[in-house]
Amino acid sequence: MLEVCPLAALPRGEARRVESDPPIAVFHTDDGEVFAIDDTCTHQDASLADGWVEGCEVECPLHASRFDLRTGAVDAPPAKLPVRTHEVVVSDGVINVVLNSAPPNLPPGVTTRAAEEASR
Amino acid sequence: MRSVAVIGASLAGLSAARALRRQGFDGELTIVGAEARRPYDRPPLSKEFLAGDIGEGDLALELDDENLDARWLLGVHATGLDAGAGAVVLDDGTEVRADGVIAATGARARVWPGAQHLAGVHVLRTIDDALALRQDLRPGARLVVIGAGFIGAEVASTAIKLGLDVTVIEVACTPLASALGDELGAAVARLHAKHGTRLLCGVGVSGLTGADHVTGVELADGRHLAADVVVAGVGAIPNVEWLDGSGLELANGVVCDAGGATSIPSVVAVGDCAAWYEPCVGAAHRVEHWTGARERAAVAVSTLLAGRYQGDSVKAPYFWSDQYGCRIQFAGIARPDDQITFEAGDLNEDSFLAVYRRHDRPVAVLGVDQPRLFTRLRRQLEPLPAAS
Repeated sequence: MLEVCPLAALPRGEARRVESDPPIAVFHTDDGEVFAIDDTCTHQDASLADGWVEGCEVECPLHASRFDLRTGAVDAPPAKLPVRTHEVVVSDGVINVVLNSAPPNLPPGVTTRAAEEASR
Repeated sequence: MRSVAVIGASLAGLSAARALRRQGFDGELTIVGAEARRPYDRPPLSKEFLAGDIGEGDLALELDDENLDARWLLGVHATGLDAGAGAVVLDDGTEVRADGVIAATGARARVWPGAQHLAGVHVLRTIDDALALRQDLRPGARLVVIGAGFIGAEVASTAIKLGLDVTVIEVACTPLASALGDELGAAVARLHAKHGTRLLCGVGVSGLTGADHVTGVELADGRHLAADVVVAGVGAIPNVEWLDGSGLELANGVVCDAGGATSIPSVVAVGDCAAWYEPCVGAAHRVEHWTGARERAAVAVSTLLAGRYQGDSVKAPYFWSDQYGCRIQFAGIARPDDQITFEAGDLNEDSFLAVYRRHDRPVAVLGVDQPRLFTRLRRQLEPLPAAS
């Protein structure tokens, strides 16, 4: 489990990028729910934590594909693959993320740091 | 409307075909594409694809399981339109009959005059262009880019990373001035020098030298720059010649209203070949951006199916450019007399967010490495009709 930050440090409507490998975006929605997904859009290298959140969806800041924060599903191209989701546990007022062990759907040309080091 | 022909199979054409199905059109759908390839994404051609970081398969625009129930005619050009008869004439001698036509034939790169047979001289528009250019981008080679627009700047940025010696020539005194204004155009263009690219402004190119292979570029002031590779990034020409004589009003592109309607009710136009009426400009205005091709297709389709523009809202033009590891984003339409304020950083910093205001209302926004703030401010833009 990865400790992110106190819930109080992430106001509603805000998002935070966590520099894990690959990076994760944690969202606190206007309705008070907290979600975690991989931060990188599955289409091209853009940070979803910089995107526009409406309800339970985040719109990629670069090309406007929308991802469902609950399921990771994408609404329309240019992104074609869902983004990986992670389980969020808020305990004692602290946001924690349980990392998903499934492989991430990173965009072409983007790899994890671990994969990059392994290829050297 | 029982049949529709989409002429053009790039982003605008594919987006129009998708919109037709999504908006309930269940008739016969034909898609005609001049290139033999399935629809592909062009922005990476000057960046990741040119650098060799991603491959052709990564450019596919269609989903693996996508089925638009369409007849695809690829590798054929439309050569004429007889709107009265509902016929599009193709260069293989056949014709497509359709009740409605969506013109989405895009634009082509303007080539350097007289250089067609000179090896080492390139333009960049298609996958084939990018593959040919990539062959010539060898480390240590001397590249001269004519034109400091976004394509030219992105090619320069990619080439520097690949280890070439790069010079960019811009005839205007300030690069990108028409899109960003003088002050911010100059600020963005500083990225070149900062990353080792030479930028020469305010000087034209008088010719290219070389017998079979290019050897250099002659400038209007008499200078000669040695070059192994030359890329002309000097704009694009809308592909509308096939519509000559069709009765459609053609200027710089197919002249349309604010919803893609043309002077013929059964024909709409969208993407780089179309000049939609732009209230902020007060005239038909051709927008050559990826986002316009994607978003406006649905509006054009709704116009076609209803017979006239339904008043769907059209978002402010938006484009992005990745250069030297920096992400540049711009939305809106700027004018030289707009007032500019900085919401983050300033002209002397690598990263900044600038808002253009007219009559105290935000009409455009430019961000360099400010995606979060940009996203927020883009939504606050207030389109101002040109008359006000």
